[in-house]
Order: sequence, then structure tokens, then C-alpha cells
Amino acid sequence: MQIKPGLPWKELPLGGVIDVPGSSVEFHTGDWRSSRPVIDLNKCTGCMLCWLNCPDNAIKIKNGKVEIDYDHCKGCGLCASVCPVKAISMRREALEEEERHGSKHKP
Amino acid sequence: MKHEKPLPATGALAAATAMKQAKPDVVAAYPITPQTPIIEAFSKFVANGDVNTELILVESEHSAMSACVGASATGARVMTATAANGLALMSEIVFIAASLRLPIVMNIASRALSGPINIHCDHSDVMLVRDSGWIQVFVENPQEVYDYNLIALKIAENMKIPAMVIQDGFITSHCLEPVRFLPQQVVDNFLGVYNPGNHSLLNPITFGPLDLYDYYFEHKRQQLQALEDSKQVIKQVLKEYNNLAGTNYNIFETYKLEDAELGVVVAGSTAGTLKHVVNVLRDKGVKAGLLKLGFFRPFFQEELKQALKHLKAIAILDRSASFGAFGSAFYNEIKSALYDLPGEKPKVLGYIYGLGGRDFLIQHGFEIFNELQKIATGAEPVFRVRCIGVREG
Repeated sequence: MQIKPGLPWKELPLGGVIDVPGSSVEFHTGDWRSSRPVIDLNKCTGCMLCWLNCPDNAIKIKNGKVEIDYDHCKGCGLCASVCPVKAISMRREALEEEERHGSKHKP
Repeated sequence: MKHEKPLPATGALAAATAMKQAKPDVVAAYPITPQTPIIEAFSKFVANGDVNTELILVESEHSAMSACVGASATGARVMTATAANGLALMSEIVFIAASLRLPIVMNIASRALSGPINIHCDHSDVMLVRDSGWIQVFVENPQEVYDYNLIALKIAENMKIPAMVIQDGFITSHCLEPVRFLPQQVVDNFLGVYNPGNHSLLNPITFGPLDLYDYYFEHKRQQLQALEDSKQVIKQVLKEYNNLAGTNYNIFETYKLEDAELGVVVAGSTAGTLKHVVNVLRDKGVKAGLLKLGFFRPFFQEELKQALKHLKAIAILDRSASFGAFGSAFYNEIKSALYDLPGEKPKVLGYIYGLGGRDFLIQHGFEIFNELQKIATGAEPVFRVRCIGVREG
């Protein structure tokens, strides 16, 4: 049974059983993040130390460039601390939010 | 279907025999007094080849219920037994078994929860897990132990809710009485082959994943509904069992209650003592009656209300203490069911009895009916809940 967010109790499998495998990617653990890693691709050498150290498999390579999967990055900051060229900086989500919406409060 | 001739059996042997006839795929258990003779007898059946069960003798009750959960999740028919501190130790997994909707049947030889250390009967162990999502049925004697094991298994597997069959430790578990067992063929036809649905080793699925604020409440809502829906299934299964075994079981038993003015509500072996008291009082012209609780989970509030509404005064007996509460579990829930009655309601007294195996005597029964008589004829009660059979000084 495919579980979609917002399903009422009658439509969910009994006891929370998961009978379709691979559903963990649909759980956006990135929602918990309070700081997000931001990569400066001009500094990045592509050494992949961040990829090696990320505990959440949230560092991806797309078109030869390092990219962060913000749906699953919990913002632990390991990538920033291991980056030998300081290409990754941690930014408060609240500040990001403020810049995006021009307000201190989430809409 | 006719019974075979009665054979002498303790409550423990009756439970083990029902388990043998139910042919569970897996039994995982750890010994604890007074449950030990159940698994002792069952392991003898396994050793003699009378039943082809994987008997897992684990290192603690926490492991026993964990092994039962694992086995049941694969789609196996699973049974076990425990008591008292064993039930307390496994209680974490008791909740999980119900949450994962695994229809395990567990025999309980109910016993006091220490301390100081006590190994004798009271119902404080099963009250500890009354909110765990299991079906709970109290039985009076070894015959009922046998019958209700089969009944409970059928209900459990039908509803995907685990069930505990609760007999009084020592009083029922170690007491030899004649028991009529059903022929194996009849048990096989009644229980059928367990169909676990999509639980299968060939089709792996995940049990017990992380279930946070976005889904957990919905799964609890399912459980609330399952226990409510089980009421109809319980009635059906009891009817089916009565037809084939010639028994006369109901969700609870009423004894001379229909025309009674004074009634007692009790669960377990003490019902036998109180039926005798009712008989003696009836001979003296007192309109006494009794209601013996069978199923406590689910709680049949509507049926209980209808069965008790005509009484002038009711005594509700609990073999457990809820420290700091206004009376114990039976008293609380039955009295609150009666609150919805229109007009004049029956007067209710609560009694706590038999803790740690203290005998409930015939004289205690007379004492209770005496007090009921007083409040039924208009006297103000001098107490709402009291202990009976304790040395007050």
C-alpha cells in the first residue's frame, strides 16, 4: 500500500506496517534542520571528503558538481568541518528564511 | 458436539492442553510462579511429540514476549504464558505486540506485584497492562481456562488483537477440577488454519518503523476502533463455541441477577464463593444476585449498564489496589458506565479484597450484602470504597 501524507486512519496499513520497501526517502528529515550547509563552488575542489563523512547520504554529485540534498540533510555541519578548503559554510535557516521572505517570521 | 468425558486437570494443565490442541507454531516463555506449571506441562507435550511447536526457552520475560512478537510477525500462530513480575518485565513488549496487531494469546496466572515479595493471587499484574491494547478475559475455573483459550485465540486471530486469558494464580492454576476437553477434530474445525494475511517470509515487510506525530495518532485510532469492533466478533465466537461445545458462555455471566435487588460484581475464582453466598441469601428471601465479569477489555459498558440498571445497590469487588485513586479499576469503570442511566441510579459500593492471596471468605460475602441491604433501604453509605478481609485493628 502506497502511503501518502494526510491519509485518514482507515486508509493506513494496520499497525504502521510498511509493505512497500524504500519509503524512507519520502520522509524529509531535512525538516528538522536549524542550519544549512551552503557550498561555494568556486572554492570546491571536488575532493569528496564531505560525501565521505555525511552521515545522511545527503551529498550528491550532479553534472560533476557537489550538491546537497536539502530534503534529507539534517544540518549537522560535519561537511563544513571536514572541508579542507572551507568551501562549505553553515547558515542559520532562520536567516535564510528572512532573506527569502523579508521577514523574521515564517509565512 | 458432545464433550469427551471429564478428566481431572488444574487450571495450568487446562491451559497447556488448550495450547497443545491449538497447535501453535511458536511458544516462547520463561518460568515464573504460579504460571510455571503451564509451560512445564506444555514442554512435556512438546518433548513427547504430542505437538509440533517450536518451544523457545528464553532468558527473561522481556525476551519471551520479544520472541513471540518476532514469530508472530512472520505469520506464525503464537502463544505464551506468564504472571506478575514476569508480566511487568515484559510489559514494554506487551504494548508493542498490540500496536503491531499481532494476535498472540497469553495465559496469565494472576499474582500480586511485589513488594514485599508475594507469590499469591491478586489482579494487580493484569491491571498494570489493562491499557496495553490486549483483549483481557477473566475466568473462574479450569474448565473456563480451557474453553477461553480456544475462544480467545479465535477472536485474536480474527481481529489481529492479542489476548490474555486470566486465571487466578494458585487458586485456579493449581486447583484440580474435572474438565471436559473437546476432541482434537472439533478444535481443528473451530480454530481453522491461521491466515496471517500479508505476513510472510516470502514477501518481506517492515514492522515497527518510526511513527511520529504525523501518523502515530492514526495508528492508535485504528487500535481504539479494533477493540470496539472486537465486541461483535467476541459475541459471534462465543455463540459459535457454545453451539459446538454445549457451553453457555456470554461476555459476562449473570447469576440470579434478573430479579435481584442487590448485586455483586466480581471477576475470577471469587465468583464461586459469592454464588454460594447468593444461594444462601436467596433461601432466606433476600433478592441477591451476581455478575461475573468475563471480558474486561474490551469493556462492554452498554451491556453492563443494561444488566445492572434495575438493582437498588451494587457492590463492585476489585482484587487490585489503585493507590491514590478513587477505588480500583472495576469500580471506577463500571460506576462511570452507570452514570449515564436516566433517573434514579443504583447505589454503588467498592470493595478491595484478596490482595496477595488473602482468602475471600463466605462471611465477607454476607458482610457485603448486609451493607448493600442497608444502603438499599435508604441509609446513607458510611464509605464509598473500603478494604474487606484486612486487619483494620
